[in-house]
Amino acid sequence: MREAIIKAINLTKMFGKFVAVDHINFEVYDGEIFGFLGPNGAGKSTTIKMLTTVLRPTEGTAIVNGYDIIKDPAHVRQSIGVVPQEYTADEDLTGWENIMMMAGLYGIPKSIADERAKELLDMVELSFAANRKVSTYSGGMRRRLEIAMSLVSRPKVLFLDEPTIGLDAQTRAAIWNYIKKLKEEYDMTIFVTTHYLEEADMYGDRIAIIDKGKILAIGSPKELKERVGGDVISLQTTNDEEAMKIISSVTDGILDVKKLEDGIRIKVKGGEEKAPLILESLLKRGIKVTRMSITEPTMDEVYMEITGKRMRDEEGSKEEMFAFRRTLRRARG
Amino acid sequence: MQEVKREEEKRNFSLYHGLWTLTSRELKKWYKSPVILLLSIIQPIFWIALFGKAMNLGGLFTGTSLNIPGLTIPKQIIDEIGAEILKQTFGTTDYFSFLAAGMLSFIVLFTSMQSGMSIVWDRRLGVLDRLLTTPVPRGNILMAKILNSVIRSLVQASIVLAVAVLLGMSFAPGINALDFLGAYGALFLMSFGLSSLFLMLALRATDWQSQMAIMNLLNLPLLFTSNAFYPIKEMPNWLKPVAYVNPLTYSNGAVRGLLLGISTNLSIDFLYLGLFAVILSVIGILLSWRYLSM
Repeated sequence: MREAIIKAINLTKMFGKFVAVDHINFEVYDGEIFGFLGPNGAGKSTTIKMLTTVLRPTEGTAIVNGYDIIKDPAHVRQSIGVVPQEYTADEDLTGWENIMMMAGLYGIPKSIADERAKELLDMVELSFAANRKVSTYSGGMRRRLEIAMSLVSRPKVLFLDEPTIGLDAQTRAAIWNYIKKLKEEYDMTIFVTTHYLEEADMYGDRIAIIDKGKILAIGSPKELKERVGGDVISLQTTNDEEAMKIISSVTDGILDVKKLEDGIRIKVKGGEEKAPLILESLLKRGIKVTRMSITEPTMDEVYMEITGKRMRDEEGSKEEMFAFRRTLRRARG
Repeated sequence: MQEVKREEEKRNFSLYHGLWTLTSRELKKWYKSPVILLLSIIQPIFWIALFGKAMNLGGLFTGTSLNIPGLTIPKQIIDEIGAEILKQTFGTTDYFSFLAAGMLSFIVLFTSMQSGMSIVWDRRLGVLDRLLTTPVPRGNILMAKILNSVIRSLVQASIVLAVAVLLGMSFAPGINALDFLGAYGALFLMSFGLSSLFLMLALRATDWQSQMAIMNLLNLPLLFTSNAFYPIKEMPNWLKPVAYVNPLTYSNGAVRGLLLGISTNLSIDFLYLGLFAVILSVIGILLSWRYLSM
């Protein structure tokens, strides 16, 4: 059994009557990248804010680095680094000044801070812009600076809230490479939220899927995919209701048939062989198939299986949407 | 590599830790931005030059060709009557100096008022979110903003003072360094209290419009209900109680008493300003623990 560096115990946050995070329990092991996956408004940011001692839980607590977030927030803060979802660097200062400011806030002596700032700016490849005002940085540069700022205290746990939001695919990949590099270099545990399925799949050692404030599944991407099991055939027909009955009764080897918003999803072993049989039996009963696809399980499938819907941007709280749009705007600017 | 990483470094976590880091951050935004710096220097010059020289009440009473038809009063007598009226009303014949001393409190008021804006922006831009995840004591986030605002206020007050002297402000005879120190002390205390007050009002605010509205609601009333332009004894009775709780009244009193030698009760002035600063900053820090902590 690996050592748990974060442990959430019945962690709950209510805003008035709205339950943003609903009695969640999970453990993050030392040295792993733990992905918190869910749509906007699922409770990801709220969870991260509680773990980083910015929001007080309504109920329950969590242990981070051996310290209780409610009883001992000061020690938690000293041992963690946080990259909030928004860009938080002071735009009027230079990249260098921002990092030095963080060092000051963590009580790091100036001589050490100087050295680290240099090293970190090198690592995120921002040395060339160290003395430029942050307001002149691009979105990718700003995100890299945010990460460097959080690392000046050499935290044991790094929290990243949607580190790639609003960035283009290329920059997103670059940011993830930095995250992986940092994890290896500094032997950190990384807690990262994202709503990009493929990112969680590619980079997460373990993933928790969260929706409407509840954790629906936890495991490595591989484990989660195995849980879905077999191939998935997606169908759209002229009569989905009827088709479902036929499929369940006619063909064998079918693990599961589900009606979704946009068609039927059949879980089956050996999709390539089963698909023609299904088509045939439907045609016999006069049901036309308008669209068909066979896929091996992806994170998309896993997500649909677990939550019963596709991942998409949902309405979050007003404040969250506001913050989200602002981040997007600045990322593009 | 492995050993370096987990090494526990010596860190300095005193009660004041992060205070100067945050204060210097705020000050950098000011002195590194030429436009803001320039404007904040020009603004007091405008005020003192335009307001101080154009609204010269002293000129109404002295040195005019005023006379009453049918009576030929010697000019000297008229001037002396004018001077006496001024002295009775303002405690000095030099209205410009009277106003200039009031201007010092006024510029401190205007600068301190803006302190609240910075916390609103920090909240909106996400900087506050970041600060809250660091081990900096919550009270220091507020205290840094108070200090920044106090320092700016005093610098601006110094500019006003310098310009006023250039324009002919005259001090009480026999004035010494201690008097200046005292005057700055009074301004310091008032700025401390006012900055705390406006930061407190902004602690929960997320939009700058309402903060601006509060500032605009309070700035001129605070100015005109004090003795900045005219002494309290000339005010209507309903206004007097307001003037007596207005901190500007006391800082004006102290500054005029020390610099111009206009009679005032210095101990009451300083007692009031001291209490004003201490009470408001303590409330501010308590509120910041309440609202900035989780």
